[in-house]
Amino acid sequence: MADESAADATAAEVPTGTPPHALAEFWYYFSVNKGAVAGLVVFSLLVLVAIFAPFLAPHSPYEQFRDALLTPPVWQEGGRPEFILGTDPVGRDMLSRLIFGARYSLFIGLVVVVFALVSGIILGVLAGYFRGWVDTAIMRVMDVILAFPSLLLALVLVAILGPGLFNAMLAIALVLQPHFARLTRAAVMSEKNREYVVSAKVAGAGHLRLMMITILPNCVAPLIVQATLSFSNAILEAAALGFLGMGAQPPTPEWGTMLASAREFILRAPWVVTFPGLAILITVLSINLIGDGLRDALDPKLKRS
Amino acid sequence: MTGPVLEGRDIKRDYHVPGGLFGKARTVHAVKGVSFKVDKGKTLAIVGESGCGKSTLARIITLIDAATAGELLIDGNKVDIARDGLTPELRRKVQIVFQNPYGSLNPRQKIGDVLGEPLLINTAIPAAERRDLAMQMLKKVGLEEKHYNRYPHMFSGGQRQRIAIARALMLRPSLLVLDEPVSALDLSVQAQVLNLLADLQDEFELTYVFISHDLSVVRYIADEVMVMYFGEAVEYGPRDTVFGNPQHAYTKTLLAATPRADVESIRARIARKRAA
Amino acid sequence: MPLLTVRNLTVSFDTLTGPFLAVKGIDLSIEEREVLAIVGESGSGKSVSMLAVMGLLPPTATVSADEMSFNGTDLLALDAAARRRIVGKDIAMIFQEPMASLNPCFTVGFQIEEVLRVHLGLDRAQRRARAIELLTLVGIPEPAERLGSYPHQMSGGQCQRVMIAIAIACKPKLLIADEPTTALDVTIQKQILDLLMRLQAENGMGLIMITHNMGVVAETADRVIVQYKGRKVEEADVLSLFEAPKSAYTRALLSALPENAVGDRLPTISDFMLKEAAAETLR
Repeated sequence: MADESAADATAAEVPTGTPPHALAEFWYYFSVNKGAVAGLVVFSLLVLVAIFAPFLAPHSPYEQFRDALLTPPVWQEGGRPEFILGTDPVGRDMLSRLIFGARYSLFIGLVVVVFALVSGIILGVLAGYFRGWVDTAIMRVMDVILAFPSLLLALVLVAILGPGLFNAMLAIALVLQPHFARLTRAAVMSEKNREYVVSAKVAGAGHLRLMMITILPNCVAPLIVQATLSFSNAILEAAALGFLGMGAQPPTPEWGTMLASAREFILRAPWVVTFPGLAILITVLSINLIGDGLRDALDPKLKRS
Repeated sequence: MTGPVLEGRDIKRDYHVPGGLFGKARTVHAVKGVSFKVDKGKTLAIVGESGCGKSTLARIITLIDAATAGELLIDGNKVDIARDGLTPELRRKVQIVFQNPYGSLNPRQKIGDVLGEPLLINTAIPAAERRDLAMQMLKKVGLEEKHYNRYPHMFSGGQRQRIAIARALMLRPSLLVLDEPVSALDLSVQAQVLNLLADLQDEFELTYVFISHDLSVVRYIADEVMVMYFGEAVEYGPRDTVFGNPQHAYTKTLLAATPRADVESIRARIARKRAA
Repeated sequence: MPLLTVRNLTVSFDTLTGPFLAVKGIDLSIEEREVLAIVGESGSGKSVSMLAVMGLLPPTATVSADEMSFNGTDLLALDAAARRRIVGKDIAMIFQEPMASLNPCFTVGFQIEEVLRVHLGLDRAQRRARAIELLTLVGIPEPAERLGSYPHQMSGGQCQRVMIAIAIACKPKLLIADEPTTALDVTIQKQILDLLMRLQAENGMGLIMITHNMGVVAETADRVIVQYKGRKVEEADVLSLFEAPKSAYTRALLSALPENAVGDRLPTISDFMLKEAAAETLR
């Protein structure tokens, strides 16, 4: 018997070679996509900036320098070296506000994704696992949510709940959640009839164990990709809500809110609008690039031999 | 122990296909009244081609699905999961090994957890003891202790089938349903797995229900053979009778269609070709 | 002159862990009107070597050979376009999964006629007539009606018949069948094998059967090549292979057949190889 298994083992090793570690394999596929790696670098820098904001920012984001209203950036005429990116209409340092704004944006993205992910997974697993009327009920509600333009729905929700950063995050999470529910449902439905699930059933596993321990871990790859893309979506929508005055309230240094409070100066002092906009653009772009890379690395359908 | 381990009396299974927007709902009779009996330590082979209802029957015997009509007796006791549900004691008596060794193991579960799961769910055995039992079973099926912490993708098809067999045996069932356990394996690995199954049958006094489309494998392993055709058992009897003196036309067709690999038939074929 | 000659064929794949040699120096040749079986288990490189001949391997594969000539044409010297003209017209191939080999979006008739249009340039009426003729030839009842069917409306056996019809549409000189019956039931397998043998005899094609099933080999082949882990371990005519196998691996393969079981246990390949190795060292 031992001989046989030894022969089995060699037979297994010859065609595949030693299987590379899962993480190493992931990195191999991820690093093929140069854009994704660039996105990862930029995003890591952003995270570091957010964490060490109090040490990096030259000034407090709330301190108003009354003698330096609307100072242009340092490379323009009239710029002052202590305000590298200039100041806003009430004399606050743009760079410091942007640095602290990174904290808000990343926090918003994280909270929204966690909310949307958790609720979406629970609903999606229930719908995909039980099917029947549970499925119909859950998915029709999801369809209703998806039928509204997302920003409009978020606006309505914030109008009902009252403006504020937390309510805005809740609204965005609710708007983004159907994507997760649908994705989870589809993945669960395709995994549910696989033989390993029947095997677990024959081993005596109950519904909860089958759903959460047997099936769900096999559905995570598309969810991770969707979570990354939703992260940037959440940042965008939070900025939009902030711009419309329904999200974070001034004087919070949130990028969307900064845009909104400066829009009347767009011609006189373009830097007040340009830099928060650029910050949003760069963040969203880097996260989307990471998302694409993750999709390449995690989606087995696209995997090359 | 007297009496058969497994008995089926006139088992039927219908599927209702809902009509949808177009076309009307209809009923498919997958199994149309099948009866059988298997004694302890024996092997009943169920043979048939795709769509004959053999896998449906396997799911009924394994207590995954309920029969539409008919009686199923395990160890002489009547079992009706549609009415009484499934008790852990009953669950422990019947286990199954599936055809596809690549699909039947959870890709995200380590081998140790695969083997420990049935014990974790059905018994109160502590973790350390579960681990010991799993290690013992790994060795019984010809694998090693170092395989305990590996994931399924690191194993070959034959090794995975050994793991699937080990998992099925963790609860010490008296009845093991083998749904095409060697069809997806290479010839040499198939021989190893068939030998392993024979050894385990002796050691644990297992009763097998062996589902297959491959007559040569069935002829090797079975004590009794049931031939199914479109949901009906067209032939049922001891192996030598079924193979030696088939009664039903379908059994004869099946036997005639199985390729022959003996020297005489090759000679005859070459002679025919020369003549043509 | 042989129909197809391949000398010292080597195929390697670039993988994460470095190059992997799937085929290690295989020689083979097939005469006109000959049925050659290539037998081996998974990982023996039997499909890969034929895909290499067809030029159907993915770009990660590196193919090298000392010689690869078909009917007097050097395949290695041809560019991709010229090779494509030969492949599909003079060499055709059928695969294991008949359902997956047909495009589910188009009717059977369209898929047969497409081949006729591309390779033979027949007009519409000629194409249709030839398609009906082909379906009749492969034994599909009511061929004219069947032309309008989609693959999902047919059984696996019928799909394989359609695949064979497409393969023989241009009267190829060589047909390569890669496990043509593995996915089918035994009774259907018998029908398809009979069909292939009849077409081979009628059209005078060369036929290469790739299979892992010794029974299929016994029922079809004139000559057999046994492959193991990318190497050729034996080449013989079918009768001597079954009567007096020369290599240890072939002997092991034959004795692992359940119908050849002696007593209670099946001799396994590894038992056999160990025994042979022991005998070797004693000698």
